[in-house]
Amino acid sequence: MTKIRIATTSLAGCFGCHTSFLDMDERLVELLEHVEFDRSPLNDIKHCGPCDIGLVEGGLCNADNVHVLREVRANCRVLVAVGACAINGGIPAMRNHFGLGACLEESYLNGIGVEDPQIPDDAELPLLLDKVHPIHEVVRVDYYLPGCPPSPEGFLSVLGDLLEGREPVLPKKLLHYD
Amino acid sequence: MNSVGRTERTEPLNVTVAGACAQSRHLLEVLCILQQQLLHLSDQTVCAVSEHLGLPVGQVESVVEFYSFLYKTPRGKYHILFSNCPSCGFRQDGRNLLHVLCDRLHVVAGETRADGLVSVDETSCIGMCDQGAALLVNGIPITRLDSVKIMRVAERVETEVALSDWPAEWFRVEDNIRRSGLLLKNGFAAGAGIRAALARGFDATLAEITRSGLRGRGGAGFSAGIKWALCREAQGTAHYVLCNADEGEPGTFKDRVLLHSHADAVFEGMTLCAAVIGAKQGFLYLRGEYRYLLPQLQTMLTHRREVGLLGNHILGQRGFDFDIEIVVGAGAYICGEESALIESLEGKRGVPRNRPPFPVTHGYLGQPTVVNNVETFAAAAHISLRSSAWFRAAGTEKSMGSKILSVSGDCSAPGIYEYPFGVTMRQVLDDCGARDVQAVQIGGPSGTLIGSAEFHRTLGFEDLPTGGSFMVFGHERDLLAMIVNFAHFFAHESCGFCTPCRVGTTLLKNGLDRIANGHGTQYDVDEMKRLGILVKQRSHCGLGQTAANSVLDCLHRFPHVFEQRLAQDSHEPCFDLDAALEEARRITHRDDAAAHLD
Amino acid sequence: MSAGANQPEFSPNTFTMDGIEIPFKDGQTLMDAALAAGVYIPHLCHHPGLTPHGSCKLCMVDIGSGRASSCTTPAVAGQQVSNNTPALNEARRTLTQMLFIEGNHLCPSCEKTGNCTLQAMAYHLGMLEGHFPQFFQRREVDASHSTVMLDRDRCILCELCVRASREVDGKNVFAVAGRGITARLIVNSPSGKLADSDLEIDDLAAHICPVGAILIKAHAYEIPIGWRTFDLRQIDEIGPEKVIQARVGHTDD
Repeated sequence: MTKIRIATTSLAGCFGCHTSFLDMDERLVELLEHVEFDRSPLNDIKHCGPCDIGLVEGGLCNADNVHVLREVRANCRVLVAVGACAINGGIPAMRNHFGLGACLEESYLNGIGVEDPQIPDDAELPLLLDKVHPIHEVVRVDYYLPGCPPSPEGFLSVLGDLLEGREPVLPKKLLHYD
Repeated sequence: MNSVGRTERTEPLNVTVAGACAQSRHLLEVLCILQQQLLHLSDQTVCAVSEHLGLPVGQVESVVEFYSFLYKTPRGKYHILFSNCPSCGFRQDGRNLLHVLCDRLHVVAGETRADGLVSVDETSCIGMCDQGAALLVNGIPITRLDSVKIMRVAERVETEVALSDWPAEWFRVEDNIRRSGLLLKNGFAAGAGIRAALARGFDATLAEITRSGLRGRGGAGFSAGIKWALCREAQGTAHYVLCNADEGEPGTFKDRVLLHSHADAVFEGMTLCAAVIGAKQGFLYLRGEYRYLLPQLQTMLTHRREVGLLGNHILGQRGFDFDIEIVVGAGAYICGEESALIESLEGKRGVPRNRPPFPVTHGYLGQPTVVNNVETFAAAAHISLRSSAWFRAAGTEKSMGSKILSVSGDCSAPGIYEYPFGVTMRQVLDDCGARDVQAVQIGGPSGTLIGSAEFHRTLGFEDLPTGGSFMVFGHERDLLAMIVNFAHFFAHESCGFCTPCRVGTTLLKNGLDRIANGHGTQYDVDEMKRLGILVKQRSHCGLGQTAANSVLDCLHRFPHVFEQRLAQDSHEPCFDLDAALEEARRITHRDDAAAHLD
Repeated sequence: MSAGANQPEFSPNTFTMDGIEIPFKDGQTLMDAALAAGVYIPHLCHHPGLTPHGSCKLCMVDIGSGRASSCTTPAVAGQQVSNNTPALNEARRTLTQMLFIEGNHLCPSCEKTGNCTLQAMAYHLGMLEGHFPQFFQRREVDASHSTVMLDRDRCILCELCVRASREVDGKNVFAVAGRGITARLIVNSPSGKLADSDLEIDDLAAHICPVGAILIKAHAYEIPIGWRTFDLRQIDEIGPEKVIQARVGHTDD
């Protein structure tokens, strides 16, 4: 039997969604009978090939996030925005209350305990967007799995529906934003 | 060059505020006076006004932030506002006159120049749609703008010539009455309508108004006679008459002309209404954009008092006491909604009330109140003088009498046209010299967008009701740009009270901008339709309920204007990714390939 | 249908909502009557005992071919009202999404999570995401008051605090200023700061906020996330009013 191929990535997030995914514990073993992983921080594969499902944690805070998101979108038939940050920017979007300049100055120039104050400008570093954005503002998103993080049961519910070829419907008891 | 108003002032703030409070008992007027004198309303001014008038500081603050012509930060000594309406707006013959002036004066639109001399911004339609491009300088309209005149304006600003020394010809506002009917053709001698009513009796006059079939001319079309009768029957400690002269619908300027050249009939209609409902006090709520008419209207009221047409014992009739006060708005389209107008008159934000109760029972200060349009009162005065039969002889079965249209846009003779109800659009278009017409926006942005296949349709409550705006769009017009203009208008004018209008009008504006800028997809078009229906069906008041009309009409009648703009990609980002990196590029001084996004 | 003619004294008139007969007294709104009958109509800006506002539009219902806000519409005998229909709930979901994207509702960082009516409403309506592009408006935080804080990022302009202060507390602490999308909650004090207002911790206005815009200081996270009101029950089981009553010990009169 051909396995369903899944890519996962964490953009401007905390990997908490991935951690919660792993919290499905022994149920992971059963899941792996039906799915295999392409690009993912879980296996350290760096780039994405053609996949069935993409699970994207985190919002967009810099140029690299945009490149990664586009790669995943281009390779996945179904893209799922996973967690608060992917869905509305989440905690990283709290910086949107301030200007980018003010954030960088606080972090690298004026903040408590800063030594050798300078704003990093190395070309290796991805440039920051002026605001943190949810991913549906840049690519088409097929389904949403809210939560901070979504519970393992939430992942199983959405993946279960998709594996069965059903439109994912998150049961009300699994719907939470925190 | 220390000639900026606020630096010249030496008297303490509380003296200035006391002076303004002595001039008017209306919060909005006090604030307008202070805005003129101080060029802005600082926190200190807000507190001082609240103390002087004994109002909560929060109320004063909330009003200051509500009205477009009141500012928290200083405006220029010369404060210039260009109309952004499709007809009298700053885009003329492919030129952006606002940009021309800003470039010449080295000022950024929306900001005040560093020396405080001048500020330039745009504002919603100022009702000069038959006068070419127009602006307000310190509240006074300058019409028939072109880039030559803009340069001359700039010279006078730079050399600080007093407005009174600017060429008087610039400020000329023509009536442009192109076709006269019932109201405009027949002369009206001051007092004639009241004398007829006194001879007939007020009960009989109400019956005459009711029999005439006169319906409200603001667009909603409620029977004036029934409204007056309901108000008369309502219990209250006082009754009030309000004339709605907050003519803010883009493309409408008939009230401007009525108030300029037929104000006696308007005041007389108000006086008749007062007699019928038992009101002692009336208000004419004049839109801020027409403040230039105020001196003339005040003179007229004074004259009417002198000849016994206002004041105590009108025309010698004991107990027939009535007077009219003019209150001027400050840039808020929503105040044309009658309950918002009442709120504004009460010194509050212009937020429409929940109804019921209606103003006829709970209006100004909670008392029974008739609110009618300028044209409605004028018609009532004529009916009193000439009889209901005279009025009914014109018009159709459900739309008696005549309608005064404000015709503007792509035609050779923009101006005022009065027709019996039931006139076809085709007739109006022929009369105003409109050739090669793509569409007509009837009743303004809140009305109906009609294409050439339907020009046989008629104006009236049976088919196309209208407050009077008739904007002609020729084939050269970018129709989508018109819809975008209207969407911006509603988002700017939404009062913010209810969710669907407050958020929905901004979402519509953003979505239409996106489509017009070539970033929209079929998905965005579908979203506009879905949102438009929600905003239309679920908004609190007439503003929200009509805010999506033009986009829905355009989707229905001119779908190609959207389709031809759609992006090829199935999904375009909602924001400009590369622009979102600009700030980071600037801070890090980077401009390498990785510092950009497509 | 109407029983009013027989018993004018008690006025046991009825209207039907989704086919259920609901009695009402003269002067009651559709919302009053439905709540009294234990029928839930989604709402955010309504609170029994305060003047109905009609601004959130969540409580919109269809009456025949007409539409109305149930909190401001007087009940009329024999009305056929639709409330819990797929079309209305979809419209309500869209309105809830509008409120989410208009402000900055970052639930994981908000102390109100689990007790938030807006969040509970979104759960009730099955909202997974904000759908529209976020506005990311920058709004002022006011932490000046010793016991109450005001985070305007979460304000949904329901004016419950405005009305509670005026109508129950006998004060006038809050107002809404500005218009359109820039409308904002202001504090009625010379400095515009809460510290200079006469707001006190026992005021209903300090507790009635349905979202996390007005929060009581020094009492955060006393109930852990996961054990809060709407973690345990759905909003249609209890309604937001009982949550507020429990919080302040207030009852309506």
